[in-house]
Amino acid sequence: MTCMLQIRQLSKRYGGLLATDQLSLSLASGELHAIIGPNGAGKTTLIGQLSGEVAPDSGAIEFDGQDITALLPAQRALRGLARSYQITSVFPEFSVLENVTLAMQAHRGHSFGFWTPMLAQPALVEPAVRAIAQAGLSERCTSKVSELAHGERRQLELAMVLVAEPKLLLLDEPMAGMSHQESGNVVRTLQGLKGRYTMLLVEHDMDAVFALADRISVMVYGRIIASGTPDDIRNNEEVKIAYLGEEALPL
Amino acid sequence: MMRNTLTAWFVALVVLMLLAVPAYARLANEPFALTFVSRILVFALAAVSLNLILGYGGMVSFGHALYMGLGAYVVGILAQHGVSNGWVQLAATMATCALVGLLTGAISLRTSGIAFIMITLAFAQMFYYLFVSLKQYGGDDGLSIPARSEFGLFSLASPLALYFTALALVLLSLALTRRLVVARFGMVLQGCRINERRMNAMGFPTFRYKLTAYVLSSMLCGLSGLLYANLTGFTSPAYLAWTLSGELIVMVVLGGMATVFGPLVGAITLLVSEEILKALTDHWMAVLGPLIVLVVLTARRGLYGYLLDIDAWRARRQRAAANATGEQP
Amino acid sequence: MLGFVARAMTTSLFFIQILNGLQLGVLLFMLSAGLTLVFGIMNFVNLAHGSLYMMGAYFAASAYAKTDSFILAALVGIAGSAALGFLVERVVASRLYARDHLDQVLATFGLILFFNEIARWVWGASPVYMNVPPALSGTINLLGISYSAYRFAIIVVGLLVALGCYVLINKTRVGMLIRAGSSNPTIVAALGFNIKLLNATIFALGAALAGVAGLMSGPILSVQTGMGEPILITAMIVIVIGGIGSVRGAFYSAIIVGLIDTAGRAFLPMMLREFLDRSTAQAAGPALASMLTCIFMAAVLALKPAGLFPVKNQ
Repeated sequence: MTCMLQIRQLSKRYGGLLATDQLSLSLASGELHAIIGPNGAGKTTLIGQLSGEVAPDSGAIEFDGQDITALLPAQRALRGLARSYQITSVFPEFSVLENVTLAMQAHRGHSFGFWTPMLAQPALVEPAVRAIAQAGLSERCTSKVSELAHGERRQLELAMVLVAEPKLLLLDEPMAGMSHQESGNVVRTLQGLKGRYTMLLVEHDMDAVFALADRISVMVYGRIIASGTPDDIRNNEEVKIAYLGEEALPL
Repeated sequence: MMRNTLTAWFVALVVLMLLAVPAYARLANEPFALTFVSRILVFALAAVSLNLILGYGGMVSFGHALYMGLGAYVVGILAQHGVSNGWVQLAATMATCALVGLLTGAISLRTSGIAFIMITLAFAQMFYYLFVSLKQYGGDDGLSIPARSEFGLFSLASPLALYFTALALVLLSLALTRRLVVARFGMVLQGCRINERRMNAMGFPTFRYKLTAYVLSSMLCGLSGLLYANLTGFTSPAYLAWTLSGELIVMVVLGGMATVFGPLVGAITLLVSEEILKALTDHWMAVLGPLIVLVVLTARRGLYGYLLDIDAWRARRQRAAANATGEQP
Repeated sequence: MLGFVARAMTTSLFFIQILNGLQLGVLLFMLSAGLTLVFGIMNFVNLAHGSLYMMGAYFAASAYAKTDSFILAALVGIAGSAALGFLVERVVASRLYARDHLDQVLATFGLILFFNEIARWVWGASPVYMNVPPALSGTINLLGISYSAYRFAIIVVGLLVALGCYVLINKTRVGMLIRAGSSNPTIVAALGFNIKLLNATIFALGAALAGVAGLMSGPILSVQTGMGEPILITAMIVIVIGGIGSVRGAFYSAIIVGLIDTAGRAFLPMMLREFLDRSTAQAAGPALASMLTCIFMAAVLALKPAGLFPVKNQ
């Protein structure tokens, strides 16, 4: 089992707040690893440090065998580390197809093409259409993003991270704000991706987490207090205490 | 690619009218009409260049008059030294604007938002002072251009040649813009405007694309300066004034940002409005100022932008009607 | 180089240029402080700030011509620009806080055109002259050097204003509201404070500061339409160098820029004559001097794109 992601003693402080506290974690290739924890545990800060938008104070991040701690987000993206956003961050003026094709374009050569329309290039459009289908959004391919429902926009987020076939997917609350039915669709989609992609999933939806995860880590106040299989976590006393009154663990 | 849409008809009408201006000027014995519309076309070309980075790219440059001024001064200085070959002047203008654009752009684009606006304004002002202090080229009073640009087959000394050159360049730049904005480069540029954070996260090195757009824009704007110097027979530091930069922005916004045809509509509207106001009162700027404020508060999409919106609304209605009839058993 | 030092720079000339630089610096600070405050708190870029500077000068010049009392003229200038600032905020600026910077730039650009033309209409196109108040028309003796009493007064007033800003922002309740409003206006409003009044007050305060700068500049520059924009651009350079939103940054940066600009104009042409022939130096000297602040800004930005004292935002 090769190690796809290795986080060593990562720390990040915001003034008086220690958002990430000497955090260490490793992900095996093809694993779907979920991170759960109460609000304010520092999950999004962790994702930010992995994607490169937040610089850690100390510690190292190794991705696919290479130290990427000093790399910019664009550089990490080109090496196959893709991130989706908790608050949808797409291109509202473009259509669904344009959004996903643009995401593909980042990985296919340079963009100093001044003449041929982007949508007339099969090398870009075909993978985009496939990713849109994978995310379950095919009927809305040519719709403008402003016309999409919230759940559909989250599906677009997913399509945009899938299109370039990344090695690691950082999924920041992909089911945020979704209805039960919409979440079900996303769970099915992610199930279909298991094994082919390595995924780090931050989520509050416990049904989804326990249905999908190979391993779960529980984060509280910037530290991981427990890490293991879903069964391990289900029976862990410290985890129950951390969650008492917040969410019910599925039986 | 002509569709039966409001915008297609509007574009056709405008182009036809522009083609008819020289004939009108001759028949009605109004040479001023030719000079005036030439001026509109020159500014339209500058507005097209600004629309590329401001409308499509989201880079609010408040110093674009710099490149118009540079173009005009290249012509003036070369003519002063006896070089009136248009091709040489053109090459020199492109090179100068590209170089200045590269240097100022590389520095300015390290910032964004309000800092970028202020820095572009400062750089333009810096060159303004430079030209004011160049006494051998007229300084504050400006420089009379002894001879117009000669291009071999035609000369910009002829008002007719100048008019058609300007018109051809405007139409060409509009057509090229149309291709560019949906090509790879244009999509990246627009992406940088809409959501730069996501562009970076997706893997685009945004700085190089923005800088490229900035340099291309400065070169096109320099071309408009070359034409302007030929039109007025004159160049002066006033061509780099910040007020001119502001007027260019008004043209782009008034016409409709991130639309192909907007800059031409904006240039026509603003310059015609100014002429009307000037005829009404000496204090026309006291009227123009509040009008600009009003436009900002109310007409955000720009005139051509509204036409596009109307077409889009009509298209949606037609689709909805087609769906409704399709569903009837 | 040493020959130049020995020949051109007497101690008193050097010291006078330092003082002149300081004087320009405090004027720039007064102009920049309002601009950076309004930007830092309401996220509003006000290009018409130079117009408020100009109107302060015009109001004071007219009042001085009519009453012969500089104190009265100063009060009229300050009150007038503050009132004008309040009006601009209520009628135009407040509608644009939520809009993007382009809209704000365009709208305030329109205001500049309006104010410049109104000034030309009311006061005419020729410059209006304002005399130095008789009490300050002499020179004072500073460590053996004779310096214009009026310019010294500007320095004193400027430093007092800077001190006043520091006390206001850091030591008073209003200042606390200002700082709170800058990071979280919704909470300030939710706590029951009248955020609209607070914003209008801050805007008017910035306008008053610009008015002070304007009226004090009156006697040493000429009061004319369009006088606000060149110095506004320098003020923008000051803010960019200092760090947008930072009043402290604006202060240090204004002093630095004032010194560089003054020293550049005074010494650069002389220095160039050491290296270049006379006619080239004649042409290049003033050009480079006026470009100096901009070049300095470019150098700062190359190393620190967020300015020397950037304000930490979320």
